[in-house]
Amino acid sequence: MYETQYHRAASVEEAARLMGEAEDGKFLAGGMTLIPTMKQRLASPSDLIDLRRIEALKGVTVDGRNVRIGAVTTHYDVSTSEELAKICPAITNLAGHIGDPQVRNMGTIGGSIANNDPAADYPSALLALDATIITSQRSLPASDFFIGLFETALEPNEIIVAVEFVGPDRAAYKKFPNPASLYAMAGVFVAKSGDNIRVAVTGAGEGGVFRLKDAETALAGNFSPSALDSLAVDPDVLLSDMHASADYRANLVKVMAKRAVAEITNRPM
Amino acid sequence: MGVEGIGARVLRKEDKRFITGKGRYTDDMSVPGMKHAAFVRSPHAHAKITGIDVETAKKMPGVIGVLTGAELKADGIGNLICGWMIHSKDGTPMKMGAWSPLATDTVRYVGDAVVIVIADTKGQARDAAEAVDVSYEELPVVVKTAEALNEGAPQLHSEAPGNLIFDWDIGDEKATNDAFAGAAHVTKMDIVNGRLVPNAIEPRATLGVYDAGEDHYTCWTTSQNPHVARLVLSAFYNVAPENKLRVIAPDVGGGFGSKIFIYPEELICLWASKKTGVPVKWVADRTESFLADAHGRDHVTHAELAFDKDNKILGLKVQTIANLGAYMSLFSSSVPTYLYATLLSGQYDIPAIHANVKAVYTNTAPVDAYRGAGRPEASFVLERIMETAARELKVSPAELRRKNFIRTFPHQTPVIMNYDAGDFDATLDAGLKAADYEGFEKRREEAAKRGKLRGIGLSCYIEACGIAPSAAVGSLGAGVGLWESAEVRVNAIGTIEILTGSHSHGQGHETTFAQLATERFGVPIESVSIVHGDTDKVQMGMGTYGSRSGAVGMSAVVKALDKVEAKAKKIAAHLLEADEADIEIKDGNVRVAGTDKSLPWFQVALAAYTAHNLPSGMEPGLKEGAFYDPSNFTFPGGCHICEVEVDPETGVTEIIQFVAADDFGKIINPMIVEGQVHGGLAQGIGQALLEGTHYDDTGQLLTASFMDYTMPRAQNLPSFNIMTTETPCPSNPLGIKGCGEAGAIGSPPAVINAITDAIHNNNLTMPATPQIVWNAIQAAK
Repeated sequence: MYETQYHRAASVEEAARLMGEAEDGKFLAGGMTLIPTMKQRLASPSDLIDLRRIEALKGVTVDGRNVRIGAVTTHYDVSTSEELAKICPAITNLAGHIGDPQVRNMGTIGGSIANNDPAADYPSALLALDATIITSQRSLPASDFFIGLFETALEPNEIIVAVEFVGPDRAAYKKFPNPASLYAMAGVFVAKSGDNIRVAVTGAGEGGVFRLKDAETALAGNFSPSALDSLAVDPDVLLSDMHASADYRANLVKVMAKRAVAEITNRPM
Repeated sequence: MGVEGIGARVLRKEDKRFITGKGRYTDDMSVPGMKHAAFVRSPHAHAKITGIDVETAKKMPGVIGVLTGAELKADGIGNLICGWMIHSKDGTPMKMGAWSPLATDTVRYVGDAVVIVIADTKGQARDAAEAVDVSYEELPVVVKTAEALNEGAPQLHSEAPGNLIFDWDIGDEKATNDAFAGAAHVTKMDIVNGRLVPNAIEPRATLGVYDAGEDHYTCWTTSQNPHVARLVLSAFYNVAPENKLRVIAPDVGGGFGSKIFIYPEELICLWASKKTGVPVKWVADRTESFLADAHGRDHVTHAELAFDKDNKILGLKVQTIANLGAYMSLFSSSVPTYLYATLLSGQYDIPAIHANVKAVYTNTAPVDAYRGAGRPEASFVLERIMETAARELKVSPAELRRKNFIRTFPHQTPVIMNYDAGDFDATLDAGLKAADYEGFEKRREEAAKRGKLRGIGLSCYIEACGIAPSAAVGSLGAGVGLWESAEVRVNAIGTIEILTGSHSHGQGHETTFAQLATERFGVPIESVSIVHGDTDKVQMGMGTYGSRSGAVGMSAVVKALDKVEAKAKKIAAHLLEADEADIEIKDGNVRVAGTDKSLPWFQVALAAYTAHNLPSGMEPGLKEGAFYDPSNFTFPGGCHICEVEVDPETGVTEIIQFVAADDFGKIINPMIVEGQVHGGLAQGIGQALLEGTHYDDTGQLLTASFMDYTMPRAQNLPSFNIMTTETPCPSNPLGIKGCGEAGAIGSPPAVINAITDAIHNNNLTMPATPQIVWNAIQAAK
């Protein structure tokens, strides 16, 4: 790791100010991607502005079916929120299967979506849940927030404050993990609220998280796994690497989507 | 057997310090004035060095020295060597390309060391290493094993035209061809045994200290064989004469073979310590370990197995290309030859075998011994082709094996090995029973109802360990003898120190070696200590690899114990006024058999050291040493059975059960043996299902971290069902065989046989990842 200046911000405003003053600063949340990257000398920010001690960014709030998750809430805290589990068990389950216990105790939802790793779990959930990303400057829907691989709509000094969504009627997340890293090689989040069905895929798309609209259409008429039997996932828009070819990912997307639907339809209401 | 003697499940004495974080590893060592090293390594797989500019780096903060290969050469430090001579079938010696510890004119793999930087802190050393400006002119690259010999393939070493290191034969080619001519059935297969990265939990590390006052060097290092390290550093690399070089291998966190070899870093740090006047420590980071530790396996093979009309094997033909990487590591040449092809007879009576092995250079990390070293490759070839033959012949894989078992011993194979003992029916029967092999078809049907593909696979492996008779290996090209030494020191009040040339880096010697003395003299195990890993403390020894610490290292201890016992009995007979032949040592007492006359053990020891009343002419003291040279290899063998369920939708393989029935001969500590088997199986299953090493076409290692290289995790493994049978080894005093590598040798073919049985496609490479299995399922549709 190269030398860097560490700052602990007490408020969102202070964090933004510190970033403005830094030559080449980075916001630090859980650091589960940034710190290893710095240790490998692949990133060398002049300044680290730590957001983790900002109280306003912490915690899960459930009000009726409205959910708000503070940006520096750890995966562990999301996964163990009993209130949230009653509204949306799919997302607590998702959080409980990110990485390993060390990652879940350090990593945060804000850090994960700001990094927008194409194989991260949360982006699929937020896209399928039609979540709103609240930042220090604005609110924007997940569909406008996630732009591409490791790319988001965030401006340089913009800080994610929270994520908000309305709990769906039913939802499920199925992930096929990369055997080495345990990141998603194909992760499918299916959310159903009334007639509104949204299916989002992570880990597989060459442009990052995306909605699988053919699956949404098929499920709108018949919400069952068999509705996806004839689903054709286009391998041309999928990642291909030494761990999984695009064809294999296309298969996994379909299988995970069917399994997510099966979990929903098999689960008692 | 007492509660702490031979055969007892004594808890590991060393674990208290390991599990409480009190182990002392090389990186824990610190000496006054110590500085830190970083290496500048080649980013290219093959390139000419056209310039090395160190001036900027030298001016960086904290920098003590920036040293190059030219300076190393000028000081007379030698090139790295391979210590086992192999002759090609035409009689010519193997063609070893020069390996300079720091590359001076050409780099040949990504990670090749070029410059060492020494600075006050590790961070400063790394900063300065980045400031070293090495200019390269890139050269074409050859990475794949099967392509190294192609016409026009890029050349690595001028010494080895066509990248061919040797073209070696074993067995009788004509007799084998004749046997095939009369065959009723021939099974043919292409078999790839992929490359593995060892990944010991403790990365390699070294601390070199030069003492100008004594003109003496000390080398702390992560070694499985500190004496061999000293020998090689002295005799071949000209670092210092042996009496001026102390090598210490303290606690070492796993080796699996990768810490046998003498790497560039140890000798460079020693040399740099003198050159700069400061002690120099280097600790590999994980990426360096991936890039620059010797890798394992990497064979491409074609095999053919011939049967008569009664399904008796007539002959075996094997052609293998073995990838040795960019340079010949210390024992690299022995692995695909005498540790591989000599095991191709397996458990079977095969009248004629012929094998040809071509060893090749490629622009990849050097390849050398890794847990099993050659024997996993042999068992994979033979046990894959046996299972395949059974499918082709439509007979039970178990019964085809049984029909061909060797049943009389000693048995001379056509490939050098002379098996001294074994009972292959016993391990097969034990395995089949434990796995309920007969009930498998019912389980397959039940799984099919759940949409799962269930399969079962066998592996009846043999291995040769307890290496090795010195004269025999000498005649085959080894540059060293493979005996072991021991010294047993009984202290004045009866406590005991056992000094051994074996080295424990996870094996539990501090417990098992102590059990030998406890068994012999009845002293509590706490009063027996094991001393190892320091050339200043322990006489010359050969170290730990090839499952040799039990069969060879312990045998040396037994010889020394025999001598101590004989002298103790003489002293006791004198003190008790009895005949020496009537003295027995039991439960910590030395007594005259059949009488109530006895002395506590410590009084005999005390008498040896007070020397007030010793038999006439006897020297004081109670301390004996021994060198033990084995008369043969030992031959553990067994039957591994793997049962899997494959999810046809995703290609995921779940191991439902894994049975290992092994014959390790006499067992000293069953708990430790079970631990060795568990670890070996984890590595073997890791190879079969998870661990794949990928270089891209430019020679960049794509799997250079745990994010991309899949190590076996607990969730990937079933609860093992393991058992042992016991056919004592007649070739050593304890009757023990060795168990450290068996799990990694026997298990991979059992796993692949099971998956191919499940998916009805025999064309499957390791690691059988979900993607690869899914592909194979699609191909079979």
